[in-house]
Amino acid sequence: MDKMPEQFEFPWQHSFPPFFTLQPHSETRARQISVWRALILDYFRFAKTCTLDIREASHHPLFNNASINRKLDNEFILAALSDLQRTQNAAPVDKQRHRWEIYWHTLEEWGNLIYNYVTNRGATGSVLTLFELTQGEDVQDEEFCGLETDVLVKALRVLEGEGKCEVITSDDLEGVKFF
Amino acid sequence: MDRIEYASPILLPNESYLAKDRNVRLYDGDQKTSFEGGELILTTHRLMWGRPGAIPLGQVCLTMHLHLVVFVEEDSPNAFSFSRSRKIILHLKEAPPDRNEGPQPSSIYNFIKLSFREGLNSDIVGLLNDCMQKRRWEWGQSQPNVSTKPSLPNIKLRTGIAGIERGIQEKQKQTDENISLAFKDLSKLMSMAKDMVGLSQNISTKIREKQGDITEDETVRFKLYLLSLGIDDPVTRDAYKSDNQYYRSLAKQIADILITPITEAGGIMALTDVFCRVNRARGLELLSPEDLLNACRLMESLDLPLKMYKFDSGVIVLQLVSMSNESIAESTADMLNEKGSLSSEELARLLGISVLLAKERLLTTERFGKSCRDDSSEGLRFYPNLLLSKE
Repeated sequence: MDKMPEQFEFPWQHSFPPFFTLQPHSETRARQISVWRALILDYFRFAKTCTLDIREASHHPLFNNASINRKLDNEFILAALSDLQRTQNAAPVDKQRHRWEIYWHTLEEWGNLIYNYVTNRGATGSVLTLFELTQGEDVQDEEFCGLETDVLVKALRVLEGEGKCEVITSDDLEGVKFF
Repeated sequence: MDRIEYASPILLPNESYLAKDRNVRLYDGDQKTSFEGGELILTTHRLMWGRPGAIPLGQVCLTMHLHLVVFVEEDSPNAFSFSRSRKIILHLKEAPPDRNEGPQPSSIYNFIKLSFREGLNSDIVGLLNDCMQKRRWEWGQSQPNVSTKPSLPNIKLRTGIAGIERGIQEKQKQTDENISLAFKDLSKLMSMAKDMVGLSQNISTKIREKQGDITEDETVRFKLYLLSLGIDDPVTRDAYKSDNQYYRSLAKQIADILITPITEAGGIMALTDVFCRVNRARGLELLSPEDLLNACRLMESLDLPLKMYKFDSGVIVLQLVSMSNESIAESTADMLNEKGSLSSEELARLLGISVLLAKERLLTTERFGKSCRDDSSEGLRFYPNLLLSKE
């Protein structure tokens, strides 16, 4: 999952050593954090992964640029993730805030994307398995193709809260019915 | 009291006068005597007491030889006594059998007191102790008396409180001598300093005349150092009635002598350097750090070309008035752009300023958002603030 996708093109800041030091000047820091936010979201969108463990992050190519020998320390990563959490673009999975899920679309956006797809296909009222939604042949062109199941379920729960679907879970089958 | 003899106040051979006190009363032990309000004279050999005016006229007075004195102490003032007078107690040896006639043939006391109605000439105890140690009265005597000298340590080795007190007094005396010796050297140095300043001025004028001949860097630098030496007429505190006036003139003089070096040093000089330069230039009449600080505080209100500035880190500097934080940030940012990135050490080397000041410059630049830092295991470096300036 942490495999570096070779095509991902880092912005110029990633090779700029001060980018890896939290800047004391407030305006500079705000800009720095916002670049990091965008970079993290872009990277995870590109890698199509959602999970990140801070304890392993110092080896992560995103946070560790070996070519200039600079890496983010964990506090900085935590600060960036907390900033993402503020806009619901990330959420800690455990209480120690070690493991995180990154949402390059917020859960609400994911829900809407999926709901729009289902309504466009006229599939409201029918039951779809979670596998179909993320791995099925019909969804290969959709953005949520390959989305991790944990994140998918959370997005569907948001939709469920809006009364747009119902998640059905039984031992051998996980599905969702859209209204 | 029975040790005291009648004698004429004529000095013996080798004897010399040491000190005199007026209005002194004698006590036989704790008993007051009728000998009061007289003059007391201490010589190297004896104590003399006479009615006022009697001694200068050479009339007979009371004397006591100092070799009878065993120990001198100052009487601690009695808590119930209202008198202002100070007393010293002289503990005495047994009266020698072959003495001359005295005012009192016998006494039950082994000590006498001297009461100084007009306060104590503070030296008298010290002088007495001094005399008892030197034992001048033995000097002129024949050789066999040398053998009495070893008896001296016996006295020194006296145990008990008396011995301890004696030891303390000796130590104090030693310290006293050391200090006066040290100051003697210092005053010699001060008198030399004037000559040295003169000499250095001489050299600098000569160098100035021969300016054309000198090309090598080091000679030029040496010349600069010499030229910065010497203020003809240093402002001193004595010349002014109030501190404020003094600080004002001082501020003006400091500004005068430092304006060139500070301009050359890039517009800023740390106050420690200022302190050194000013005092080196003064040569003597050195300034205290407080005076310098007070003078520098006034600079801004006096419209001088220099002002004092305190960085957030607490570093205090003198800088050109024309030098603002903005211009510092501007020029440092230019250097950063030129070099790509700089540590404080590198900037210090480039500008020929101290590392401390270089760091302050970089931090100021950062505060203006014109640089950003890279704090890594390799140390703190500063870069042009591309994070803000470049999309």
